[in-house]
Amino acid sequence: MALLQISEPGASPDPHQRRIAVGIDLGTTHSLVAAVRHGVAECLPDEQGRVILPSAVRYLPEGRRQIGAEALAAQAEDPENTIVSVKRFMGRSLADVANREHLPYQFEDRPGMLAIATRDGVKSPVEVSAEILATLRFRAEDSFADDLFGAVITVPAYFDDAQRQATKDAAELAGLKVLRLINEPTAAAIAYGLDNASEGLYAVYDLGGGTFDISLLRLTRGVFEVVATGGDAALGGDDFDRVLADWALAGRAVESAHDKRAVLVAARAAKEALSDAEETELVAALDTGELRVTVTRVQFEALVQPLIAKTLSAVKRVLRDAKVKPADVQGAVMVGGSTRMPVVRRAVGELFGREVLTNLNPDEVVALGAAIQANQLAGNAADGDILLLDVIPLSLGLETMGGLVERVIERNSTIPVAKAQDFTTFKDGQTAMAIHVLQGERELVSECRSLARFELRGIPPMVAGAARIRVSFQVDADGLLNVSAEELTSGVQAAVTVKPSYGLSDDQIAGMLKDGFSSAEGDMAARKLREAKVEAERMVLATRSALAADGDLLPEPERQALEARLVGLAAMDGDADAIDAAVKALAEATEGFAAERMNRSIARALTGRNVSAL
Amino acid sequence: MRLTDNDFQLFGLPERQAQVRADIDARWKSLQAEVHPDRFASEGAAAQRLAMQWAMRVNEGYQRLKDPLRRASYLCELRGAPVQAENNTAMPPAFLMQQMEWREALDDARDEAALTALDDEAAQAEVTALATVQCLLDDTHDAPAAASQVRALMFIQRFRADIDQRLAALDA
Repeated sequence: MALLQISEPGASPDPHQRRIAVGIDLGTTHSLVAAVRHGVAECLPDEQGRVILPSAVRYLPEGRRQIGAEALAAQAEDPENTIVSVKRFMGRSLADVANREHLPYQFEDRPGMLAIATRDGVKSPVEVSAEILATLRFRAEDSFADDLFGAVITVPAYFDDAQRQATKDAAELAGLKVLRLINEPTAAAIAYGLDNASEGLYAVYDLGGGTFDISLLRLTRGVFEVVATGGDAALGGDDFDRVLADWALAGRAVESAHDKRAVLVAARAAKEALSDAEETELVAALDTGELRVTVTRVQFEALVQPLIAKTLSAVKRVLRDAKVKPADVQGAVMVGGSTRMPVVRRAVGELFGREVLTNLNPDEVVALGAAIQANQLAGNAADGDILLLDVIPLSLGLETMGGLVERVIERNSTIPVAKAQDFTTFKDGQTAMAIHVLQGERELVSECRSLARFELRGIPPMVAGAARIRVSFQVDADGLLNVSAEELTSGVQAAVTVKPSYGLSDDQIAGMLKDGFSSAEGDMAARKLREAKVEAERMVLATRSALAADGDLLPEPERQALEARLVGLAAMDGDADAIDAAVKALAEATEGFAAERMNRSIARALTGRNVSAL
Repeated sequence: MRLTDNDFQLFGLPERQAQVRADIDARWKSLQAEVHPDRFASEGAAAQRLAMQWAMRVNEGYQRLKDPLRRASYLCELRGAPVQAENNTAMPPAFLMQQMEWREALDDARDEAALTALDDEAAQAEVTALATVQCLLDDTHDAPAAASQVRALMFIQRFRADIDQRLAALDA
């Protein structure tokens, strides 16, 4: 605990109320953590001064593990136990993973999400990602010598529900409170928008290690509106490496996991060298003898042309979605290490007819933007600074007769969003209905991603067509979906809430935590108590700031009763269950107050309107 | 303000078809600035849930108001003449003839230029039909006639979506 704290410009006036919130870019090839310090977003370095943490986890004997650069250094010698680019496996089944025959892992097909067998047992991609997140969490806690209030974690805008859910599960497993999942391009625009005070329509071209995102954003007076988004969740720098590696091998067979990895590592080094040099040598020491090939930039650019063309056609599609022309775009922001390739910058610049924006570090820009948003969500920034209005990347729908998909929520709808669709029974006396939730743009069920299946049972017997079954979709501000179904006409209600079939259940997460996850400190009871106290503290702080802002809405006796509750809760210790119960009771007691405050907010938003209209 | 107010009341806009898009956008943003869950991220679950309900309601209204066709359809419903596109497909013969000509032209179109020319023609028809709808709703107050015109506009939009798909197929 610091003895003396100096209030920062633009920060909370009371330094003790300042909450530490970080932005995390959980990337395919590398990850970063950033925070706003002294009013400026900056990436936090590790003890050796490195800000980039390679997204690599190596499982060692006896439950030990290496994370980051050490793991990456070992990937050629221990490929089966060194997991890199795990982001590609998040929320994916084995069949989803392209090029898996090129990968050195022992995959296990599991319902929902694949897993990887290592010497330390079978690991889910969620667990592997949680190791990376926990490493960043510890780094941030060491930097501030304090607990974290929460984190904003970025995901590709193109991530579907299963991938977002998996990311959130990983954060939970790493002991992080997720303030919000935000899209990577949006985070990049936040970083650029605030630093450059840009206004207008911007394209964010994000070519990372394993994913490609293209988003159009409209920036107006602090509002970041995602107009349209598209991309490819399985296209990135890794593919450029693979194309170059295959070319260099020229048909020479590589069998061992070591050789496969060594060629890819050499290809990546050659690719990076070609960003500055006109010519370089690709050298790999393989078990079957040395591989040494000279490659020119011109040759490389010809090889990767199809990959770049793929990204450009996604850009055109997004422009068409938004009904704008390339000339309407005022700037193209380059994000992701792969945009260092001159051929990429040139191609994007030509499409938009202008120089691309590269003045922020393309590796750091996403984490910096996430940190700015985290700082705001934690309540540290002055109110009203920025507002993020994001959209869902893919349409959501239901299976109807004949294997067709009926869209319920169109892609690029602003979130949060709710929509209901009514259906009916097609047989006399039908008492159950199967509901199949899908995501994607195609018309056939078989070409969309299946998110969940459930049955609505207990429909009272009626003639065909008489029942009214309302299926409601709800996408929250993180882009996560909930679906429920209800029969309306009879007054009998039967509703179900879906857990996305690709996410982990709460039980699974609890189980993983119990299995001695590395981020768990001490025994479960101590951890539980700590978490309960953090949550209680959060609740007390939130209620106090609500009272400070709108306390006049409450009659004096109610206000005093609330005060007493707060004092009581703040003093509690020792019994996690009792603290949880008190937090819940406080939440229920403030429900009415919260509604009153919301009404006041709405009235405030409408003050610009004619008084007679109110 | 109540969640059950109609979209025009919620956005503080006059209840008519003619609208300035910039005003709708500005009102949407100022409403979201107050109710978005991000504004309540550091508060309790009750505030978060309420904020989400409101933000969803505001987004729902925004989607309906900003699209002239959906706005017109909504106004017809408010004025007791719901469009009921799924039950009522009766169209004037002249309109159906034009639809058939367009469909044939679409089948024959082979390149981007032909498709774009066809889309320009349909876009022009859409503008004209929207002007008619606005006149029917705001000036002559004939909601049933407006509803019929809205149904015709739905055909035009579907046709343009099909052109769009063909254009997308050319890029792929």
